[in-house]
Amino acid sequence: MSILDKHALLERNATLLLVGSLLVVSIGGIVEIAPLFYLENTIEKVEGMRPYSPLELAGRDIYIREGCYVCHSQMIRPFRDEVERYGHYSLAAESMYDHPFQWGSKRTGPDLARVGDRYSNEWHVQHLIEPRSVVPESVMPSYAFLKATPLDVRNVAGQLKANRAVGVPYSDEMVENAAADIKAQADPNADTSGIEARYPKAKLGDFDGDPQKLTEMDALVAYLQMLGTLVDFSTYDDTTGYR
Amino acid sequence: MAEKHVDEISGVETTGHEWDGIRELNNPMPRWWVYTFYATIVWAIGYMVVYPAVPLLTDATKGVFGYSSRAELSVELADAKAAQAGNLEKIAASSLDQIIADPQLHQFAVAAGASAFKVNCAQCHGSGAAGSAGFPNLNDDDWLWGGKPEEIYQTVAHGIRYTGDDDTRVSEMPSFTEILKPEEIKQTAAYVVSLTGTPSDAAMVEPGKALFEANCASCHGADAKGNREFGAPDLADALWLNGSSEQAIIAQMKAPKHGVMPAWLPRLGDTTVKQLAVFVHSLGGGE
Repeated sequence: MSILDKHALLERNATLLLVGSLLVVSIGGIVEIAPLFYLENTIEKVEGMRPYSPLELAGRDIYIREGCYVCHSQMIRPFRDEVERYGHYSLAAESMYDHPFQWGSKRTGPDLARVGDRYSNEWHVQHLIEPRSVVPESVMPSYAFLKATPLDVRNVAGQLKANRAVGVPYSDEMVENAAADIKAQADPNADTSGIEARYPKAKLGDFDGDPQKLTEMDALVAYLQMLGTLVDFSTYDDTTGYR
Repeated sequence: MAEKHVDEISGVETTGHEWDGIRELNNPMPRWWVYTFYATIVWAIGYMVVYPAVPLLTDATKGVFGYSSRAELSVELADAKAAQAGNLEKIAASSLDQIIADPQLHQFAVAAGASAFKVNCAQCHGSGAAGSAGFPNLNDDDWLWGGKPEEIYQTVAHGIRYTGDDDTRVSEMPSFTEILKPEEIKQTAAYVVSLTGTPSDAAMVEPGKALFEANCASCHGADAKGNREFGAPDLADALWLNGSSEQAIIAQMKAPKHGVMPAWLPRLGDTTVKQLAVFVHSLGGGE
């Protein structure tokens, strides 16, 4: 009964109980919080990662708004079956500009971490409008309204600033040009040299099949088409990232 | 601590508290449960020693086993490759014709191509490769860009109208809205329909034929049999990519649809593209 007797001491002495509780919570807190300050060393050194272009960022917001993450993960795990199906396993570096990350936790549909460049824009548009027209066994809902909804571009510079506030390295130049860039990326006739310099490898041109209008479909397809395409794996040594 | 109190009926000690004459039995935890609990604690300590566990300032403890899920994967992939008994190397070193001529290699390539097809191609061309509106059927012998093994390889490797590849197959049917009058477009469409079906107005076929020869024959051929140089579809057969109705043909003339296929060589590599080409070639329409 010795330990239980000590416990009675704690129960009868409020100050001691408070000190004891604080001690226990601090240990738990340190174990959970302290490693977050050393996150940097979990991010692999890769070439090619850049912040999302304004249009991709808008598409990402639509991805989150529509809850795509509920059925689609963006996390290829280092298992043979996943690597052979989806491509190179996801690296921490690939979601370092994601706030919040879109790893997801359930796959009703396939993983989308490397869906970029896999299908044509036309396929994505047709698939989002009527998934069963291209994949008969699909249970995905129709997102046809995206093509009819003009993209809200009023707050685009603010979106970039908000991301910068949480650590995404958007430059002043990127913020200043955000409003122009979001329109130019989906406009086949626009001068896109600025976007290409600011956001290398960005997919350009009309995405939704209607060059006249900038719709939410444009943004979402632009986002999907860049997923997993940024990192240059030819210069990445896998063994440096073993963990 | 309150004084010990043993329940008379069960002979079990109580917790020592009493609420309105009600006491609570203090049965001990079953022994097996307690020992299992201690065993899990010991196991956790051992696990932390053996596997990567504790985050440090610039790294984490590696564990005495030196385990890494990513390293294990690379071993697993290498083993899987080795288990394919050099077939992949043989495919890499052989020409497409050599692969097709060697029954054992051909069988391997078709099986491997079929699984790669299901992962990468089925979304557009269908799981049975039968395609759908706008996405070509690969089972038939109506080829847009050619059905020889090396032609299929070229298409798979470099894609069609794919902006990221300089060797991609490119062609663009112009819109005839500006070139022909609406009436002339209708006449041309009537002629095209008449090649395989019944046009809505037989009187339009004759002027349509002349318009076709003047405007369309350079790509689709005077006999409308198409031209694979430009990926111009055969219009004289009953197989249609974007619909066979007069309306569909008029729509195509006014605002042509141009299918896009990504280049797969950078993503899948030469060996897999070869397997895909052999698989598609084996589907029935191969030349």
